[in-house]
Amino acid sequence: MLTPEEQREIEEEAAHFPLRRAASIDALRVVQKHRGWVSDDAVKDIAAFLDTSPDDIDSVATFYNLIFRKPVGRHVIMVCDSVSCWVMGYEGLRDRLKSRLGIEMGQTTSDGRFTLLPVVCLGACDRAPTMIVDGQLHANLDLETIDRILERYP
Amino acid sequence: METPLTAKIRPDGEMIDLAAYERAGGYQAARKAMRMAPAEITELVKKSTLRGRGGAGFPTGQKWSFVPLGPAAPRPKYLIANADEMEPGTFKDRVLLEGDPHELIEGMIVAARAIEAERGYIFLRGEYTDAAARLSRALAEASAKGYLGRNVFGSGADFDLRLHLSGGRYMCGEETGLLNALEGKRANPRAKPPFPQVSGLFGKPSIVQNVETLCNLPHILDKGADWFVKLGLTGDGGTKLYGASGKVKKPGCWELPMGTPLRELLERYAGGMRDGVRFRGVLPGGASTDFLTADHLDVPMDFTAVAKAGSRLGTGTMIVLDDKTCPVGMVHNLEHFFAQESCGWCTPCWSGLHWAEEILWAIESGRGTPADFDRLDHVTKMCGPGNTFCALAPGAVEPLQSALKYFREDFERHIREKRCPWRNGQ
Ligand SMILES: Cc1cc2nc3c(=O)[nH]c(=O)nc-3n(C[C@H](O)[C@H](O)[C@H](O)COP(=O)(O)O)c2cc1C
Ligand code: SF4
Ligand code: FES
Repeated sequence: MLTPEEQREIEEEAAHFPLRRAASIDALRVVQKHRGWVSDDAVKDIAAFLDTSPDDIDSVATFYNLIFRKPVGRHVIMVCDSVSCWVMGYEGLRDRLKSRLGIEMGQTTSDGRFTLLPVVCLGACDRAPTMIVDGQLHANLDLETIDRILERYP
Repeated sequence: METPLTAKIRPDGEMIDLAAYERAGGYQAARKAMRMAPAEITELVKKSTLRGRGGAGFPTGQKWSFVPLGPAAPRPKYLIANADEMEPGTFKDRVLLEGDPHELIEGMIVAARAIEAERGYIFLRGEYTDAAARLSRALAEASAKGYLGRNVFGSGADFDLRLHLSGGRYMCGEETGLLNALEGKRANPRAKPPFPQVSGLFGKPSIVQNVETLCNLPHILDKGADWFVKLGLTGDGGTKLYGASGKVKKPGCWELPMGTPLRELLERYAGGMRDGVRFRGVLPGGASTDFLTADHLDVPMDFTAVAKAGSRLGTGTMIVLDDKTCPVGMVHNLEHFFAQESCGWCTPCWSGLHWAEEILWAIESGRGTPADFDRLDHVTKMCGPGNTFCALAPGAVEPLQSALKYFREDFERHIREKRCPWRNGQ
């Protein structure tokens, strides 16, 4: 079930569109904000709330890089793997993160603390390499700063 | 040198709020626009020679002239700011969105007046969280003053402007993919015709315009078309937000006269190459443009001259390739991006780009063969203009086809030595 708060936030968006289903991505964002990810049940609940089918909602959910259809850790690290960051040392950074956390890209640490994902260009290429952690941009990264940044996310 | 787009941006990185924006002359252009007839604004913008800053360079005034006007036009009409900025290597709209959100809002009021739009959206990529917070604040400030919503500036016209946060997908920046995304669907593109100006969002007349394009409008209204034309060094008017990333001494973003030569951008503004590396090439306008090389450094960075040199001005933000970076690896990285972001609607793109990515990876990891050149040529032809539904695929093969031309000996060396000379140390 969608919580009353989720329903209120989704309704606020849906009310501005001539068709309720237009708020599908807003609804997915709302649910993910509250629960961290979007489960199959949540997809069904959103579909019912927006007068459309679960397949319809899932086709949208799976289209987007920022919607998670599997559980994620307490903190989500998204490392930019696009061209300017690649030129400026993305591969070394990625390998450092993988070995520090003991996981591959796309995995979550066994203590549930971090999920590690690649992401496309974050629009901060003049400060490459970059990553976002829980939505917060970290730029001009190098192997040392990255360790200190991780400590800030218990 | 005049820098109208960025002049109001605060050096401390904070956004300029409504009061400060107005003290600096802000919202006078919007007031003026509300006293002008819509067709008069479109004429002015046509005369200014303003061309779209989102990558394609279509003349803005001409685009508006296809929107039906008057009481018989379908309603509501929509104006959408394209703030998706997901083209790799591009970080110019971020500067405007974070630094001067009111400039975008004012530009949208002007454009909405010209096409008589009563609804607007700012379509913002979800990762731009700072820009989202600042735009929300600016929208609230402008609404509270009556600059948005009902009866804008007492003109009798309404303009309801909302912020939409996207879920992250390159295709959402493509004009018709964006319209589908706003309707809550997958961002597949739409067949044209009908063009969005006639039948766009929810089937109503709609205009999608890049952030930087819209931010130029208040200044054109303020200072006139002739002034705008003269800002440019060549035929294309105005200033341009240029940028550079890669191994240059001072990567960054600068507002300069349209048509500033490539050499000046790289040497004077980006500070030249870092110590120990040499310049080999540059993607002049984001990931989906053809490489230019040292032979092209005197090209003026405007729409016409860059096209003549065999590439595109694109977004005007350059990605520099140096001699310590593998060109095959760089192009593999680019094709990985395009293959991943392909929406899957048409076969040359979803299939061809994955093939290109695979073949490039084979070459990069020492498994390439001479036959791979023909295979890559085939993909670039299949994905070329006219064979696909939207411009993602033709853009995707631009860096590939030009790399095959300018850096062919590097591809050959990978195949001959069965390894990447850069990865194993030269
Ligand atoms: C795959 C793809 C992605 C695009 N992404 C953007 C974008 O993020 N921002 C943008 O302004 N234009 C983008 N465009 C260009 C738009 O389709 C459209 O031309 C532009 O928004 C029109 O505005 P303008 O005339 O002001 O440039 C993209 C085009 C393609 C093919
Ligand atoms: S060219 Fe690619 S991105 Fe564009 S419609 Fe075809 S498959 Fe989709
Ligand atoms: S390429 Fe990484 S921020 Fe643009």
